[in-house]
Amino acid sequence: MNVIELKDIVKTYDMGGAEEVHALRGVSVAIAKNEYVAIMGPSGSGKSTLMNIIGCLDTPTSGVYQFNGVNVSEMDDNDLARVRNKEIGFVFQTFNLLPRSDALHNVELPLIYGGYGAGERKQRALETLTHVGLGDRVHHKPNELSGGQRQRVAVARALVTRPSIILADEPTGNLDSKTGEEIMGLFEELHHQGNTIILVTHEADIAEHAHRVVRLRDGLVETDEPVRRRHAAAASAS
Amino acid sequence: MHILAEFKEGLLISLRAIRGNKMRSVLTTLGIVIGVVSVTLMATAIEGVDRAFARSAAAFGTDVLYIQRFPWVSNEDWALIRNRRLIEVGYASKIDRQVKLSDAVAPVVGTRRRTTNGNLSMEDAFVSGTTHMFMMAAGVTLADGRFFTAEESNGGRPVCAIGANVAETLFPHEDPLGKVVRVSGHPYTVIGIFEKQGGLFGVFTSDNRVIVPLFSFQSHFGGRRDATIQVRVADVKQMDDAKIELEGIMRKIRRIAPGKQNDFNINQQELLTQTFAPISLVIASIGLFITGLSLFVGGIGIMNIMFVSVSERTKEIGIRKAIGARRRTILMQFLIEAAALCLFGGVIGLAIAFPLSLIVDQVLPTAMPLSVVAISIIISLAVGLISGFLPAYRAAKMDPVEALRYE
Ligand SMILES: Nc1ncnc2c1ncn2[C@@H]1O[C@H](COP(=O)(O)OP(=O)(O)O)[C@@H](O)[C@H]1O
Ligand SMILES: [Mg+2]
Repeated sequence: MNVIELKDIVKTYDMGGAEEVHALRGVSVAIAKNEYVAIMGPSGSGKSTLMNIIGCLDTPTSGVYQFNGVNVSEMDDNDLARVRNKEIGFVFQTFNLLPRSDALHNVELPLIYGGYGAGERKQRALETLTHVGLGDRVHHKPNELSGGQRQRVAVARALVTRPSIILADEPTGNLDSKTGEEIMGLFEELHHQGNTIILVTHEADIAEHAHRVVRLRDGLVETDEPVRRRHAAAASAS
Repeated sequence: MHILAEFKEGLLISLRAIRGNKMRSVLTTLGIVIGVVSVTLMATAIEGVDRAFARSAAAFGTDVLYIQRFPWVSNEDWALIRNRRLIEVGYASKIDRQVKLSDAVAPVVGTRRRTTNGNLSMEDAFVSGTTHMFMMAAGVTLADGRFFTAEESNGGRPVCAIGANVAETLFPHEDPLGKVVRVSGHPYTVIGIFEKQGGLFGVFTSDNRVIVPLFSFQSHFGGRRDATIQVRVADVKQMDDAKIELEGIMRKIRRIAPGKQNDFNINQQELLTQTFAPISLVIASIGLFITGLSLFVGGIGIMNIMFVSVSERTKEIGIRKAIGARRRTILMQFLIEAAALCLFGGVIGLAIAFPLSLIVDQVLPTAMPLSVVAISIIISLAVGLISGFLPAYRAAKMDPVEALRYE
């Protein structure tokens, strides 16, 4: 079963007057459970717009988006908040951590909104931070952490509610290649644990980690195909 | 559980936001502080005037009728009533003989005299002459000592009962009982002290009184004076009947022909309270309205700063929404912040108003009523919630993507 099904998704930004920006012009993509998909394309091609729609942060101008078989356009604000909280973990290029809160509180936050008790919150946040390798940095504020460490906190925050889908919009875009690889290692592991991963990147070697690449251009899907190297490896193994 | 955790998070964020912008928070809160100070002081003053009045009125006694030459409250033409005959002290015994619905009658005459104890003096104490029946036909009680007996009264003995202010002024460091005061030079031994009454600016109060037996009053300060006949009605429920009875007796004594107007008045405490109540209400409404305006202005300041706070934290709102904060959560967060600011202002306001109310207390018998404390806390909370609502609502409605893009 497809966890994500997009049909003819259009997103148009009305810039006032007659001016309109067509960020997405009719995108149809279906993503099954436990897929690892990279979305690529030049800057301005609509990758972030698509991710925001998939992540229930934004709504399409037209088209149908079914999330786990439910039409997202029929969800109200509370439903959307619940999906963002429980079903989806979002990792951003710019980390988007709360600057005045320490790592622990940043990671606890989704659990607060998810209604968990204080004890469980703390325990799970600590576990998750330890899991991403920050067990000894839990009381550091974002400005006391390196870029890679910040992104680890952000990943921990995305994971802490144990969502089945992880969305990452250029998660390594602000990191050097070594730290980038470390973060990719985390995604790799999550994928092995059965999570669905959708990742936006314009770096080919990052996209290599995925099993399928969707290329966008000017708001349309240009190509949608399995990653060849992986595919070949998988084929020869069988 | 859920909402509690969100509430706690909201509180945490607000406190951090307030602490993070100390100067701004203090300045914004100042409006609320001023508002709360003025409203609570006004309420305290109003309460003080009411209480002072109530005490003054109480001194007249609820069950006592006052037969006097003039009405206390009237819209009669002064020209028509000013030539009325004096009320004579002698009426008291005549009334006492005929009256059925009342059980105590005391004539009272008064003058203002310099009263001294050695070097200490009170320039114009209210000196009254009356009989031993006075205590039964007035609303006063003794704090210490006793009132004069029938024998002392009939014998015109040089004894007196004094009000609390007189006692404090003339005997600041000693017990007045048994000591001698001089009223216009005439010695009187203090045998009783009245309970402190407070009262409106010390005018309508027994606190400044020196009460002496009628006969010695007359021999020392002159005989022919306009008197008040104070009559206690036996049963408060029969006040009206007792009044009609007294009116009849008085008309007979004064030989007023049938069909002619009374040339005296029977006053009672109720007259005062009835007259005062609406005045007091008007004063209270105007006072609270004006001071309420300052609180309103304070609320606008809070609203303004909350709008600033919301737009400054647009990005944060976006982040919170992206990880699952609902509209309700964001709304609550900013409402809490506004309420916390106002509450903070309210508490500071109270802390400032309280010592000031002690100054008001010097003039009026009041203390900041507990209800005022409670109400001003509630009002500051309400001001916070009301003025915080629009900014909070704007924050709650923000589009997560747009909020995240905000730099
Ligand atoms: N909020 C917005 N208002 C107007 N135009 C927007 C907005 N968001 C994105 N766009 C436009 O939509 C197009 C796609 O943007 P985006 O999805 O961010 O591209 P990408 O992530 O692939 O670089 C771009 O032309 C961008 O300028
Ligand atoms: Mg982008």
